[in-house]
Amino acid sequence: MGRKVLLEHINEAGIQGYDVYRSKGGYASVEKALKTMAPDAIVEEVKKSGLRGRGGAGFPTGMKWSFLAKPEGVPRYLVCNADESEPGTFKDRYLMEHIPHLLIEGMITSSFALGANTSYIYIRGEYFYLVRILEKAIAEAYANGWLGKNILGTDYSLDLYVHPGAGAYICGEETALIESLEGKRGNPRIKPPFPAIAGLYGCPTVVNNVETIAAVVPVVNMGGDEYAKIGLGRSAGTKLISASGHIKKPGVYEIEMGITVEEFIYSDEYCGGILNDKKLKAVVAGGSSVPVLPADLILKTANGEPRLMTYESLADGGFATGTMLGSGGFIVMDESTSIVQNLHTFARFYHHESCGQCSPCREGTGWMEKILHKILDGHGTLEDIDLLWDIQRKIEGNTICPLGDAAAWPVASAIRHFRSEFEDFVKNPTAHREVKYYFHCNNLDTAASYSSL
Amino acid sequence: MTDTTDIKFSDESMALINNLIKRYPEGKHKSALLPVLHIAQAEFDGWLSVPVMDKVADILNIQPIEVYEVASFYSMYNLKPVGKCLIEVCRTSSCWLRGANDIVAHIEKRLGIKDGETTADGKFTLKTVECLGSCGTAPMLQIGEQFYENLTLEKVDELINNPQLVAKHSTYLDHTTFRKN
Repeated sequence: MGRKVLLEHINEAGIQGYDVYRSKGGYASVEKALKTMAPDAIVEEVKKSGLRGRGGAGFPTGMKWSFLAKPEGVPRYLVCNADESEPGTFKDRYLMEHIPHLLIEGMITSSFALGANTSYIYIRGEYFYLVRILEKAIAEAYANGWLGKNILGTDYSLDLYVHPGAGAYICGEETALIESLEGKRGNPRIKPPFPAIAGLYGCPTVVNNVETIAAVVPVVNMGGDEYAKIGLGRSAGTKLISASGHIKKPGVYEIEMGITVEEFIYSDEYCGGILNDKKLKAVVAGGSSVPVLPADLILKTANGEPRLMTYESLADGGFATGTMLGSGGFIVMDESTSIVQNLHTFARFYHHESCGQCSPCREGTGWMEKILHKILDGHGTLEDIDLLWDIQRKIEGNTICPLGDAAAWPVASAIRHFRSEFEDFVKNPTAHREVKYYFHCNNLDTAASYSSL
Repeated sequence: MTDTTDIKFSDESMALINNLIKRYPEGKHKSALLPVLHIAQAEFDGWLSVPVMDKVADILNIQPIEVYEVASFYSMYNLKPVGKCLIEVCRTSSCWLRGANDIVAHIEKRLGIKDGETTADGKFTLKTVECLGSCGTAPMLQIGEQFYENLTLEKVDELINNPQLVAKHSTYLDHTTFRKN
């Protein structure tokens, strides 16, 4: 059994409520921080812990915090990114639903460390039932003196609010999230300035993922050095993995980073193996944006080393033979899966979610969806595969925010590792379409789409 | 601006709106726009007409265009009337891998409508949506704030046959969702 620091008490009856959470040591990090630590000392502990952003980018949290500008008389904000929308990812939802006070506690301790007196949890609108849960937990925290004026008799005061979005993947990008929180369209901002200098209402702002903020609780409780001993090397700590697709036991698992991918997929402690004991075909290891890898490369690196569940090992080999840990959205596909059809669902997703600000992304994601649509409909040509490759290459790196890259990488990796399957589909579409195939794409007028290609 | 004299939020909704506006710093009340639009949609039959959006602009003291541009950007705001029960079926990768297309096809057949359409009696609207964060319990659909997970065709039939679902408009929130500040 790997070590658990976030979900240690998840199976306690009543852990969703304040009393049980508190009886299991909840809110100890707030007591420790407010009564015995200076804000900068907390930032130092987070730096020492090696904690990296759990939303997908993996940027060192302590370093991000240390960039926060602190001009006199200007409010600073901490905003929690609970806009979890990366396909394959549902860990933040799990955490907020089952142990909401862990997030509230992390928000208080982190807000104190950053000197924020008003903090927001920006949650995706589709999770409205969680707004209810978080609002209840926040009310309990106020009632017990953990929020409001002069917390624990100190001169530190904090108000915490939940803010629902309204359906837009792009708002998971931190500057789009800030725009959205200001009541605007979720168009990412040009950086610099970074939010640490000019974020919410033009004030210095830190935006952190739900899991990152929750992880501050064990970091403060055990100290940065102790936390850094969990995990493996620069992949310090535990990671929540959302496991889905063709596995026996889909769900959220807290893993100690460093276990092998093989153990994660096949052991009964985690995914429990492939559904119906079929063969593994491919895995998207870190949410829809990261490169898909075929079975041989996800289980072993190109050098034949066992692939580990760490930032470094998953990235081993670069994009030629590796992938990324990303958000930890682990999608497993069995031997019967059509990579081309799965890719179409991703391409449709990114087309739907592009904010439309940058031409390469706005136009490119639409083209990629249309070409895949054409291939699936049996009208594809071998040239279309090259065209797909060409389009993704022209999107990557040419947009204000990473959505463009995120749309390009799944296409690139699918062609890189499964080109023969695309060729086969184009040459013999009927055979492929017999694999459970329905087509739903009412946004597109098929004939019009083809004539424009 | 359209005539908004007929658009009246209930006292409960107005209290909720005023409560939410206070969550943002003075002068930053535009921040409340997204939640207020959700409240408006819940109050006015599940969609946002131009007069309703104009009323929201009036309440928040912002220009109507600031409301339109936001309402048209986010996928949860309906700019056309919808059926009492808005069925949103996830169709992205993990749900697709576990049979989301079968679910969509089944609902289409049962209700006699296609994706994006509303039944003639105004009871149901079917909408396919992108990943709702329910990948481990796929396939799934959402009606109002409720997630229905690990779906089978039988479960879908049960749902569609449940008269409760069309008794009133499905909404993402009600007056008890948010706490009083």
